[in-house]
Amino acid sequence: MKKYEYIEHTADARFKAFGKTAEEAFANAAQAMFNVMIDTSGINPQITEYIELQAPDLENLLVDWLSELLYLFEVNMVVFSSFEVFAIEKEGDEYLLSAKAEGEPLDLKKHIFDTEVKAVTYNDLGVQITSQGVTVRITVDT
Amino acid sequence: MKRGFDRMDTEGPEIEGLERIDNDIWQIPTGYKPGMRVPGRIYLSDKLFTNLEKEAVDQVANVATLPGIQKFSMAMPDAHVGYGFPIGGVAAFDAEEGVISPGGVGFDINCGVRLIRSNLEKSDVDGKVNDLLDSLFKAVPSGVGSKSRIRASESELEAIFTNGSRWAVEQGYGVEADLTHCEGEGCIEGGDPAQVSAKARKRGRPQLGTLGSGNHFLELQYVDEIYDPVAAEAFNLKQGQLTFMVHCGSRGAGHQVCTDHLRHLTRAVQKYKIDLPDKQLACAPAQSEEAQAYFGAMASAANYAWTNRQIIMHHCREVFEQQMKMDSDELGLDLVYDVAHNVAKLEEHNVNGGKKQVYVHRKGATRAFPAGHPDVPQAYRDVGQPVLIPGSMGTPSYVLCGKQAAMDVSFGSACHGAGRVMSRSGAKRTFRGEQIQKDLSGQGISVKAAHPSVIAEEAPGVYKSSSEVVDVVHRLGIAGKVAKLMPLGVVKG
Repeated sequence: MKKYEYIEHTADARFKAFGKTAEEAFANAAQAMFNVMIDTSGINPQITEYIELQAPDLENLLVDWLSELLYLFEVNMVVFSSFEVFAIEKEGDEYLLSAKAEGEPLDLKKHIFDTEVKAVTYNDLGVQITSQGVTVRITVDT
Repeated sequence: MKRGFDRMDTEGPEIEGLERIDNDIWQIPTGYKPGMRVPGRIYLSDKLFTNLEKEAVDQVANVATLPGIQKFSMAMPDAHVGYGFPIGGVAAFDAEEGVISPGGVGFDINCGVRLIRSNLEKSDVDGKVNDLLDSLFKAVPSGVGSKSRIRASESELEAIFTNGSRWAVEQGYGVEADLTHCEGEGCIEGGDPAQVSAKARKRGRPQLGTLGSGNHFLELQYVDEIYDPVAAEAFNLKQGQLTFMVHCGSRGAGHQVCTDHLRHLTRAVQKYKIDLPDKQLACAPAQSEEAQAYFGAMASAANYAWTNRQIIMHHCREVFEQQMKMDSDELGLDLVYDVAHNVAKLEEHNVNGGKKQVYVHRKGATRAFPAGHPDVPQAYRDVGQPVLIPGSMGTPSYVLCGKQAAMDVSFGSACHGAGRVMSRSGAKRTFRGEQIQKDLSGQGISVKAAHPSVIAEEAPGVYKSSSEVVDVVHRLGIAGKVAKLMPLGVVKG
């Protein structure tokens, strides 16, 4: 199964990510976003960040998840390459996410950046759940 | 598409419902999309029309559905598809009955441009351009992960969020005249640091005086042509003169402010029962707690951006003094003007024969106030506000001055740049950074970049022609051409 695919967009980067479950699709979306910035295949995960979030729906949760990763990338200077979403669960009116992201310290001598992702937008945002699996659709500001 | 206007047949996209109502004016009738409260207007020439994307037209129409919108939802000639508002989008909302939306400002709050003049001529830097670029590159951290030498304390951040450029000048980064030659004197009133999250502060603290990446740049230029000698004299610009341009914004602090408040506002939308065609247009009634919280945070980020450009200019002035071995009086590196092109402002405009307070959202659009307007600096009051339009890498930039028609047709707004026509990934498939660098070098333009891929992404061919964009604004009488600036050397993030 393909993890993600990029869609042409004039100013920004847009992609779809796939998974058998929402957890898998969310993890693949994070992978797709970091691959806009840098080839993550050469990154050796040494640092782990644990993340817990809550949002009123899956779409907001997806934006919050990716935004949190961008925040941690910038302030902790960690380039993430590996993502695991443990669980996405509904509790009352809110959706809860728990996950971890792994990466290595930013090293400008080693890491060759492509396009910097500045932020995650709500434009053309979608979380689609079918019997085949879950597809998410995201546009990021670059 | 209706072609009611008598002119040569126009090549371009077939967009059902779009009407041409004048040479450079295309109208989107309210029937184009359910819920439109006012028509849309896109200002385009024949040539620019050929690059118009249907999704950008849809985005102009989406903005027209927002409560309290006045007259038209507009897009400037550099319009292209964005998220929420299109890039080049302008809309004004009644300050009482309307809304405020972060989607009309964008993530890079107060991304903007400043232009610095000099007493030097182009020939004075012959053979020195590469050394100057190298030194500028060192003085102004650029690219992903770049950190400033300055670490703002918590109380300093508060002062920056509240007072903008004035804080920088008080700390010795510049002179009083820098403030009087800047939009709003480098500050939006109403900056409310209490609305800026701990996350935004954490991102903002180490980034003062940094350029960022993407389309941000420092550019060494010269005045290639003067169109309006009277305005040029007021702006202290003359043929052959060396000028310098800075393009950047509020960095991580601004991105985080937008992210945080969009998050809150996507929830407020349900509370206030606002129907949105695009979630990125999340908004709240202008006087609501949520909208005013965003406005206070947005103003804070805008003030951070002006401080950032002020500090960058100061560091660049030091580089010129060292490299040219001249003092500041000899160099005469005075700020001509600084404009914001991603911002929302509370302004007074004439609407349907009466004066009205409105929140003007400009997303990839520049304020363009005419002669006589009280918000135009005293020195330029007789000619109009300088409007700074950067070109893409290697292409001309323009200085214009705001004209009366801007108040009538665009809530005192003009275009902001060239406008992309090709995606970044498309650009990287089409162009190679080294080749672009070589081609530009052949034209006498040096380029230095933190990330080589940026050179391909920002290749001149991925943008519309800045000249074509500026000509539309000039013909419509929104802003008049004053001077053309040609690049000599560029530092890219």
